Amino acid sequence: MRPRAGLDGRVLARLAEIVGPEHVLVGNSATLVYECDGFTLERQAPAAAVLPGSAAEVAQVVRVLHAAGIPFVPRGAGTSLSGTTIPPHDAVIISLARMNRILHLDFRNRRAVVEPGVVNAWISREAAPRGYLYAPDPSSQAACTIGGNVGTNAGGPHTLKYGVTVNHILGVELVLPDGQVVELGGPVEDLPGYDLVGLVTGSEGTLGIVTKIVVRLVREPEGCRTLLAVFDSVDDATRTVSGIIEQGIIPAALEMMDNLVIQAVEEAFGFGFPLDAAAVLIIEVDGLEVGLDEQAEACAAICRANRARELRTAATEEERRLLWMSRKKAFGALGRLAPSYVTQDGVVPRTRLPEMLALTAEIGRKYGLRIANVFHAGDGNIHPILLYDERNPDEVRRVIQASDEILSACIDMGGSITGEHGVGIEKVSHMRRMFSEADLAAMLDVRAVFNPRGLCNPGKIFPSPGGCVEVQRPRRPAPA
Amino acid sequence: MAGGKAAQTVPQAAIPMDQLLRCVHCGLCTSACPTYLELGNEADSPRGRLYLMRAVAEGRLEWTADVVGHLDLCLECRACETACPAGVPYGQLLEAARADIARTYRRPWRERLLLALLRDMLFPYPGRLAAALRPVRSLRGALKRLAGLLPGDVRRMLALLPPGAPSACPPLPSVIPAQGLRRYRVALLTGCVAQVLFPEVNWATARVLAANGCEVVVPARQGCCGALHLHSGAREAARAFARRNVAAFDLDDVDAVITNAAGCGSTLKEYGHLLQDDAAASQAARFAGKVRDVAEFLAGIGIVPPAQPVHRVVAYHDACHLAHGQGIRSEPRQLLRAIPGLRLVELPGADHCCGSAGLYNILQPAMAARLLEKKIAAIASTGADTVATGNPGCLMQIAKGLRERGLAVDVRHPVELLAEAYGFSRAGDLSTGDDSSTRGARAGA
Ligand code: SF4
Ligand code: SF4
Repeated sequence: MRPRAGLDGRVLARLAEIVGPEHVLVGNSATLVYECDGFTLERQAPAAAVLPGSAAEVAQVVRVLHAAGIPFVPRGAGTSLSGTTIPPHDAVIISLARMNRILHLDFRNRRAVVEPGVVNAWISREAAPRGYLYAPDPSSQAACTIGGNVGTNAGGPHTLKYGVTVNHILGVELVLPDGQVVELGGPVEDLPGYDLVGLVTGSEGTLGIVTKIVVRLVREPEGCRTLLAVFDSVDDATRTVSGIIEQGIIPAALEMMDNLVIQAVEEAFGFGFPLDAAAVLIIEVDGLEVGLDEQAEACAAICRANRARELRTAATEEERRLLWMSRKKAFGALGRLAPSYVTQDGVVPRTRLPEMLALTAEIGRKYGLRIANVFHAGDGNIHPILLYDERNPDEVRRVIQASDEILSACIDMGGSITGEHGVGIEKVSHMRRMFSEADLAAMLDVRAVFNPRGLCNPGKIFPSPGGCVEVQRPRRPAPA
Repeated sequence: MAGGKAAQTVPQAAIPMDQLLRCVHCGLCTSACPTYLELGNEADSPRGRLYLMRAVAEGRLEWTADVVGHLDLCLECRACETACPAGVPYGQLLEAARADIARTYRRPWRERLLLALLRDMLFPYPGRLAAALRPVRSLRGALKRLAGLLPGDVRRMLALLPPGAPSACPPLPSVIPAQGLRRYRVALLTGCVAQVLFPEVNWATARVLAANGCEVVVPARQGCCGALHLHSGAREAARAFARRNVAAFDLDDVDAVITNAAGCGSTLKEYGHLLQDDAAASQAARFAGKVRDVAEFLAGIGIVPPAQPVHRVVAYHDACHLAHGQGIRSEPRQLLRAIPGLRLVELPGADHCCGSAGLYNILQPAMAARLLEKKIAAIASTGADTVATGNPGCLMQIAKGLRERGLAVDVRHPVELLAEAYGFSRAGDLSTGDDSSTRGARAGA
């Protein structure tokens, strides 16, 4: 029950003074629950967790930890799929979960000011009565926080048309790793000077802790059409995707689910997906009412040309909501098929989707693993989901090998190892394959400006710079 | 900051591991959890609680005061089950964990005493409850003056009691004939708390069912559903109640077993699971299959359109054990919309727990108060003059919150509003001797 070395009683007492003793969590049972996030292949409990209630408290906490040389890791809802919030053993988790207020909704200027612990979906929920929404809609939007979205530059189905998180963040308040507070960006677009908001967005908490965020609100589209196309072969589905994009149609979303995913979401939500389909595409077009039907029909025609065996249109808003919920909760629904899974997040050029999917299936066969596929087909962002049982160490090893092979293939095809989940702790070892030493050195130089001592979220994104030990520790499989 | 009490050993298989493993740690449930939203501590989230249960089952942790504390703070509102895509049966897992805690962890004497008094001696027995309340209610004034001297638990219980004299509704007869052509024959579960504190709700239920062609029978030998026991780890006692009820209802004789209490309903529907390894297993499963919430049943058979306008602006609060426990959301709203003159307004966060949660508001007063405050603020924001909700615990809790805030908003079970719309006035027609004590509205009564 004693706190670990580095975090002595004096530091803890200081932290308790700042945030209140009930918001400083130490001891086995208190820290155990912070040992992993949505990525469970590795686990490590922190030395302590603190839950500040305001930006000022965050800054003070950071100052104390910085002075004591104790590493710290920011955490929102803990829905990361790449282990972005898994701490080194001597680190303190700074949870932003209590900072969950929407501070200001400014419809006339189309923006909202929120705290980092605000759940993504809450913004659209509050803005909807006035006809506005916050566009980036990661699948975990019902639970993930804006702070985390900024950290990973989160995407989502509708980013095909609307762009990812960075396109919707106007400014942030950032607590630097030494406890200084800076305001980056702001309500006005295109401020002079460096675009530091762009830099911080996607930095996975390695440049500081975001404590306030100004997000863009966009008008809800006047109308939308949501199609469900059912295919007997995955190839036909992916060819449809290429066909739609080639025609110059930019759907608001273009999503694919394969048979394994269909089985799981059907069991979970009973939408009425055909259980024997090889793949389904969800195609959504939106915008001004005028012309929407034509766009939808153009997409439908391409589906038919590619042998779609069935086409359905969401007839009501309720049906559309259920369809999207089925898609967005697909990852979790796979929990019905296996005790654990790891979700990969590769990107390949859209034209190579069929090839990549075939390869994924082959890798699955080779390692004797079930791999489900659900992804943002429109931008070539694939999410192979590798199912396994964490109590089986051999299977865990095979999952890690298969994941590595899938990501390597993405790089070989001219793609990337992450589309939206971030590098986290999971894909650190792939960074060398994606970037040259010089590229990496440039990025590390930038990190050093903000985070010279490497105290803020150490071990994430980059392979060991100058022998930083924590990124080299061997993968620690989940306890059997 | 965390400290630990002497730990106790736990038999490994007490919590079903295969069910625990269904949790894939995605975290989608966290934002649905009232206690997590209040505290922000992962250990007070559904995912965190499951993680703790698993750590105990795997021997990484033991049931210490802090671990048990996080599970005690759970409302068992099951909002997490609604949010969970993986189908984790959270409620059942929590019940298993609580049974394990009850078996192996020694609680402080005060907690044990309170549980023994409320759960084991008082609440399940309407006769005793009524007898205990009679002097309390008549001495309310005196007790109020003594409030400062009473222990907190007792004060909190008194605050929950509806003001005014107890309703003088007579007990329900054993059969209430259908009005007009008999379409169904149903059995009514009268509940324990409801029967004593809200007899008019039972009368309204019977009247509304009868008005819709149901002959209503009230089996004499029925008892408490066992929910309070099940939720606090007294599994064996809960099973005994379940056996008794399964035996008390003649299932061949009725089309459905009707309850107007969400908490009872969700437990009754789980009798099959509760008694799965019992001699009465198949009867229990059959019983569970016949249980219907009154709103569910009425919406299912299609109601006779009520004629009497009820001029109220109504906000509907989803009782957790209806919305999350039984998936019943649209039916009560549909019934309310069928009432002429009634305007239904959306209550923000309608399916967030009000903090009642069985004995929770007595055992966990601080969290219960925080949740109630939010609920009352949401109600006030709608401008409604009436709150409707289908669970006696919520009726009491919300009425208490409104009283304390001095808000003149009535609190009603949806069937009471329906009864009004069928022309049964609260004043006299519901039963022969109803004196129509009002709930909620009388601020400062
Ligand atoms: S939503 Fe379900 S699977 Fe996901 S963390 Fe919560 S309980 Fe586990
Ligand atoms: S039952 Fe309610 S309080 Fe308990 S973990 Fe689930 S959502 Fe939270």
